[in-house]
Amino acid sequence: MSSEQLRITGLTGVEITLDIAGAGSRSYAFIIDWHIRLLIALAWFFPAWFIATRSTGVFAPAYWVFIPALAIYFLYHPVLEVLMRGSTPGKRMAGVRLVTRNGGTPSIGSLIVRNVFRIVDSMPAFYLVGLLCCLMTAQRVRIGDLAAGTLLILDASTSTRSLGQMGRLVAQSGLPPNVVELIDDVLERWASLDIDKRDGLARVILSNADSKLTMQGLAGLTDAELHTRLRALLAGER
Amino acid sequence: MSNDHAAGAWLKSRTAVWNDWLTQAQQPWRGLTVDEAQRRVDRYRAIARDLATARRLLPSSRATSALEALYRSAHASIDVSAGLTRWRLAHLFRDEIPEAVASLRPTILWLALLTCVSAFAGWWLITHYPDLIVLTASERMIEDVEQGHLWTDNLLNVTPSSILSLNILSNNIFVSAFAFCAGILFGLGSFYIVAINGLMLGALFAFTAQHGIDDQLLRFILAHGPVELSVICIAGAAGTSLGESLIRPGALSRRDSFQRAARRAARVLLACAMLLVGCGFIEGYISPNPGIPMISRAIIGGCYWFIMLALLKRRRVPLVPH
Repeated sequence: MSSEQLRITGLTGVEITLDIAGAGSRSYAFIIDWHIRLLIALAWFFPAWFIATRSTGVFAPAYWVFIPALAIYFLYHPVLEVLMRGSTPGKRMAGVRLVTRNGGTPSIGSLIVRNVFRIVDSMPAFYLVGLLCCLMTAQRVRIGDLAAGTLLILDASTSTRSLGQMGRLVAQSGLPPNVVELIDDVLERWASLDIDKRDGLARVILSNADSKLTMQGLAGLTDAELHTRLRALLAGER
Repeated sequence: MSNDHAAGAWLKSRTAVWNDWLTQAQQPWRGLTVDEAQRRVDRYRAIARDLATARRLLPSSRATSALEALYRSAHASIDVSAGLTRWRLAHLFRDEIPEAVASLRPTILWLALLTCVSAFAGWWLITHYPDLIVLTASERMIEDVEQGHLWTDNLLNVTPSSILSLNILSNNIFVSAFAFCAGILFGLGSFYIVAINGLMLGALFAFTAQHGIDDQLLRFILAHGPVELSVICIAGAAGTSLGESLIRPGALSRRDSFQRAARRAARVLLACAMLLVGCGFIEGYISPNPGIPMISRAIIGGCYWFIMLALLKRRRVPLVPH
């Protein structure tokens, strides 16, 4: 287990590993969120300013222009983290999310505490305190996370897609799961692999999967033919 | 049957179930009936069983990783604290906040004393060294006082009460939150902010007294000042408790002790923020209004302070859930 992982025991007693997001993922999520909130605040500010400067009321600009724009800017994180249960659009795009130290969903109280401590974390500028704290702590947390008992983890929800796919491919091909996974991996990375390397791999896989095929027999096949054969093998068309 | 065949057969047999789980995982967790929630809990247990089997039959396979991800996601959905019900809110304001404030009472009193001492120090300092007022007041404030009027006199002509209130209350909430967060410096940050606050108050009183308008300053702060100053002391005490949790963590680790203190003190901060909203309205609508007499201001200030005490007073009998 690397130092960037946290092993916790689930409620059923089965252990799971949480991949802790580092300073890079955290900063990336923050920068996306910062741009989003700035753009939304400006999207309010400019039209409101345009309308307010043409209205007769002396105090209209402050009332309708600045306050909502500032509210959008400063309340973006606490409001969205509460509504999206520990996530924000930026965190989603960066593939991270907030959890408690037990891997659960943070409570509203924890999320508010986490956001109150932005006052300290953002000091003296550009979240320097938060960033230093994040670099120095084992679980890559800022002071707000320490206070709230939260962690920022890498959200691996995308990998669940392969769950149904693996079963289907095993059923289709009739091959052992480890072979199916290998073929699927090679096909997935086909375009990025060197031609000689991928052809060599394809020949070894095909000759092992089908005893009628020999390396000499496969040597005459082109790159495209080998790719088609692998696909056919995975689809159970032998 | 070899391990490969057993794994293949098991994968095939579970595929339909997993596809079903993946579909269900996309559905929202809010607004479930008890039966639906129970089914989700059963599904969580089933995922745990499959994960254990996958780890045995297919260690380090993609299917195992995917099951782990599904289990993590289901775990995050199951391990959720109870939502904010009406009873929970009532319990928070009626029992938990007063309980937290009561535990901070000695520190609050010490900080109130610190405010008084630093206010006296500020008053003494400016009385004996008037030039030092530049350290606590802006140039505009000094100019206004030297011309014989307070910087707050024309406040309503410049800004409407609504904007003034919002501006003041957001500033006050920030100061209180800062006094709380500064407690992370082993409590010293909170002490510093409370002391500076008292020092400024005393200095401004001494400076206005030198120009014969200290009664106007008293008149301005009388309605909102008592609660505002008390809230800063309370927020400072909450911050000090953070510092104490780091200095004396007891049987817990410093991290756990800090987390526990932060969660308890955050409740106090919530009460502070709510009280400061009231202060902001008074400071925006009443304090700068020259038409309101001194006695009315004293009554408003006194009443609001007693309301604060009543809200933060510990109840003998805690609220019982229905």
